Amino acid sequence: MRMMTFAKRCSKEILRDPINLGFGLGFPLVLLLLLSTMQKNIPVHLFEVDTLTPGITVFGLSFMTLFSATLIAKDRESALLQRLYTTPLSGIDFILGYMLPLMPIAIGQTIICYLFAIPLGLTVSSNIIYAIIGIIPMAIFNIALGLLCGSVLGVKQVGGICGALLTNLSAWLSGVWFDLELVGGVFPKIANVLPFVHAAELEKALFHGDFAVVGSHVLPVVLYSIGVTVVAVLCFLTQMKEQ
Amino acid sequence: MQAIKTMELVKQYKDVIAVDKLQLEIEQGELFSLLGVNGAGKTTTIKMLTCLTKPSSGEAFVGGHSVHREPEKVKRLIGVSPQETAVAPNLSVRENLELICGIFGFSKEKTKEKILELTKQFDLQDILNKKAGKLSGGWQRRVSIAMALISEPQILFLDEPTLGLDVIARHELWEVIQSLKGRITMILTTHYMEEAEALSDRIGIMKNGKLLAVGTVEALEKKAGTNDFETAFVSIVKEG
Repeated sequence: MRMMTFAKRCSKEILRDPINLGFGLGFPLVLLLLLSTMQKNIPVHLFEVDTLTPGITVFGLSFMTLFSATLIAKDRESALLQRLYTTPLSGIDFILGYMLPLMPIAIGQTIICYLFAIPLGLTVSSNIIYAIIGIIPMAIFNIALGLLCGSVLGVKQVGGICGALLTNLSAWLSGVWFDLELVGGVFPKIANVLPFVHAAELEKALFHGDFAVVGSHVLPVVLYSIGVTVVAVLCFLTQMKEQ
Repeated sequence: MQAIKTMELVKQYKDVIAVDKLQLEIEQGELFSLLGVNGAGKTTTIKMLTCLTKPSSGEAFVGGHSVHREPEKVKRLIGVSPQETAVAPNLSVRENLELICGIFGFSKEKTKEKILELTKQFDLQDILNKKAGKLSGGWQRRVSIAMALISEPQILFLDEPTLGLDVIARHELWEVIQSLKGRITMILTTHYMEEAEALSDRIGIMKNGKLLAVGTVEALEKKAGTNDFETAFVSIVKEG
């Protein structure tokens, strides 16, 4: 009950911020429209709508990190969190209250991306449902990363690190915009160690019904999600204690 | 009965002693002001008494409960209005009040009753549906104090409640604080002499983490050999 009250407040704070909505929802859709239009003029396999859309849904999740980190950092810098620390809310109430509201937002964003892509020529099949479900482990990773960044960084740092650096890194290292093998050298090796490319490939595999490769991509994403969540929870509880 | 009792309470940050062996007793229903210049240790004292910061040593009892061993029980008894405005900016005033009601597990009916009561008490009718972040500083503080009172606390902590407010907003907030006097114990920190003088039953003067003097305005003036409170404060702080 207490946690749900706090979670409701967090979702209102996020959804009532027009910049959040504009970037989180608008930007992936604009990219989808631009790149699929480009593909019609200059055919590039990566930008075919059936290949691009699953990747864009993964890229869109990087905004969940920004939303979550910004909200937590803002709360930490204002006296609101200090007030709430003097109430019976527990550490777990805070953590779940920050993380849970972002899950429906992430899934909603994914659904909107797929719906938006249908008039652009997306193949409609029941695999879209698997792809929407398959977004959950990466959504947890991004939301937990937001909890981690919001717990250790200030509002300005969150803007730079989550807003600029992370969104770019997740784009470059996911293989959505360009073939990683084309860059060659150590770049694809680094990308393969990180979860972004696996999340994008997992989403593509689920969308195309290529279930044989799902296992090899879902494992690193799940492991990263668990790892980042554990670190984020520890960091949040530590900063809570320091407050 | 004592609402607050501290025994040799210390807070040390590396080489800096923010609060030094604080001995303090505050009676139930009293409005007690902690007065001091910046860095005197007022806010750190409040933070320890509200379980936001663990004391380095010593003990403090709030409503008879130890801040060390029973922080959950202490949190059930207190309301806090922090130094800065502590409202959720994108939520309306009503939603801010509902947030605190929900956190304290109020039923829908009790939430409605409480909001109605606080709306009347704090004159919030006209701003109830406005976003809290869009209100003036004075109104945000008023909402902040209303939020602190939702849990029907026995002890209310007001950390520099009028800091940065204009004269009118400050006097309006004083009226609100005076209307609460006698019903609950209030601990107020301030560095405005006239605020402490106008509102307090007793005043504690702090400097460098130490409590230099405690008493009524008259007692402190007498101690300093003057009939002007500001002169008394300056004299006590300089001697300390």
